[in-house]
Amino acid sequence: MTSWGIYRVAFQTIVTKEVLRFMRIWMQTILPPAITTTLYFIIFGKLIGERIGEMDGYRYIDFIVPGLILMSVIQNSYANVVSSFFGTKLQHYIEELLIAPVPNWVVLGGYVVGGVTRGTLVGIVVTVIALFFTDLRVNSYGLTLLVFILTSILFALAGFINAVYAKSFDDISIVPTFVLTPLTYLGGVFYSIQLLPNFWQQVSLANPVLYMVNTFRFGILGVSDIDVRIALVIILGFITILTAYSLRLLSRGVGIKD
Amino acid sequence: MSALVINNLYKTYRNGFEALKGISLTVEQGDFFALLGPNGAGKSTAISIIASLVNKSAGEVSVYGHDLDREKEQAKCLIGLVPQEFNFNMWEPVVEILVNQAGYYGIPRKEAFRRAEETLKRLDLWDKRHTQARWLSGGMKRRLMIARALVHRPRLLILDEPTAGVDIEIRRSMWRFMREINRHGTTIILTTHYLEEAERLCRNIAIIDHGRIVEQTGMSRLLSRLNTEVFVLNLKSSITDPPTLPGYQVSLVDAETLEVEVLREQSMNGLFDLLSQQGIEVISMRNKQNRLEQMFIDLVDRSKRQGAAT
Ligand SMILES: Nc1ncnc2c1ncn2[C@@H]1O[C@H](COP(=O)(O)OP(=O)(O)OP(=O)(O)O)[C@@H](O)[C@H]1O
Ligand SMILES: [Mg+2]
Repeated sequence: MTSWGIYRVAFQTIVTKEVLRFMRIWMQTILPPAITTTLYFIIFGKLIGERIGEMDGYRYIDFIVPGLILMSVIQNSYANVVSSFFGTKLQHYIEELLIAPVPNWVVLGGYVVGGVTRGTLVGIVVTVIALFFTDLRVNSYGLTLLVFILTSILFALAGFINAVYAKSFDDISIVPTFVLTPLTYLGGVFYSIQLLPNFWQQVSLANPVLYMVNTFRFGILGVSDIDVRIALVIILGFITILTAYSLRLLSRGVGIKD
Repeated sequence: MSALVINNLYKTYRNGFEALKGISLTVEQGDFFALLGPNGAGKSTAISIIASLVNKSAGEVSVYGHDLDREKEQAKCLIGLVPQEFNFNMWEPVVEILVNQAGYYGIPRKEAFRRAEETLKRLDLWDKRHTQARWLSGGMKRRLMIARALVHRPRLLILDEPTAGVDIEIRRSMWRFMREINRHGTTIILTTHYLEEAERLCRNIAIIDHGRIVEQTGMSRLLSRLNTEVFVLNLKSSITDPPTLPGYQVSLVDAETLEVEVLREQSMNGLFDLLSQQGIEVISMRNKQNRLEQMFIDLVDRSKRQGAAT
């Protein structure tokens, strides 16, 4: 068999294994985001949202739907890779991959696609739930899908790097709790940064999540706080950097090989 | 062509510990090879380097002529490893563990299922195919590790203490199994602390201690070097003092048990003649130690003394 034949099968095997893993524990992986976002829609969208009135010219619930979808994609892409790859290290079955003729980029690709698959699945579930509360009209399907996938890839990569460095279960919850959650909540999911004083608007621009949420919202609603082209460049830039960094960690065997 | 050639292999761990201090080793095709040594000698370190689980510090390894640095993937396809510690996903069902491992070697899913079935049946695990690994008994987990190592049909199988904690019946069936695949052409490298096992199965042997090879030779040649053997004799009736048997070292363990050291050039007949003359009747006899065990202890002691001298 040619090397490429081996890589293709190995890649499919990793992806299949990853998908089976999160499907086996769907109560921990698919159900919770569905419940949380339903609650968001009811509380922020319906109950509170009706008193808020309009945001950027949209009903509040319509305004937050894109952000909530993307937030669940971010969290789940990240969570899938960080917990799966950390488990792989912790229980040492990373050795099943190390011993086999699988190059590092196939390993990384397999885990990232696994994370993207879960992010996508949860994103779809949340979108379907959103349809019960509002009728979603998409401005640009192409852009919406592009941002959806790129964001998912970006956070799957981030989850991978977190897992490589993690030495304990604490380490895989610290980043999501203290970095990821604040960044997403402050990334304009629930508000337009136009509401902020000028100084805080500038500070918000340093938050990469802001660009993703706004581009995604632009894809759906056609409204954004920032220039969509700049946002795409930033997202792609981050993906490139994180990919290169992940491959470097793998080839040096950080946290994996003695 | 040799199945495995190791040349001047060094390993220093991150904490500065030097686990391998330049080992060189050749294992021929079709061999059943024992890699022995006391705890912490460096056996698993060497094996992990061969299997790409640990990075070497210096030296070369080649597998069936494929250098591990230059032709990594070809070399990897030829190696199967049964590691010392369990390392599967405990939540994964048995059959999936095999199918995934096969997939990492490029075996498509359908074929992988077929091979998984074949291998699990050979190792008596087919009934457990849907069981998660964590619910297997210790002996079953060991067999699962063997099954997983064989699913891509390696030509060199390395087993790191495969029979640790396995009951005697399963151990014997594992011996039969290893012999059979060896007979069909798979080269086997085995580490074990059951020296009797190594003596029974292996044709060639290397002993490693403190990161150095202290001996590499054929099993029978090694055993023939044994200079003395100690026999334990059970006597028919009790005696109070050890008998004097000229030429033999004798000690009385208890009233009905004697230990006699016999040199290689001495004969057992001579010993029994002397015992009969003194009216001592022997009802049974055994080796105090397994022969390889005795040899092993001598060699490791000697390396320790040499280590202390340098
Ligand atoms: N990751 C590591 N970091 C530092 N030292 C290590 C590491 N792994 C092993 N060692 C040390 O290297 C030495 C050799 O260990 P190794 O596991 O190769 O021994 P072994 O011959 O397999 O022993 P055993 O029969 O007990 O399995 C030991 O002193 C061990 O403590
Ligand atoms: Mg060991």
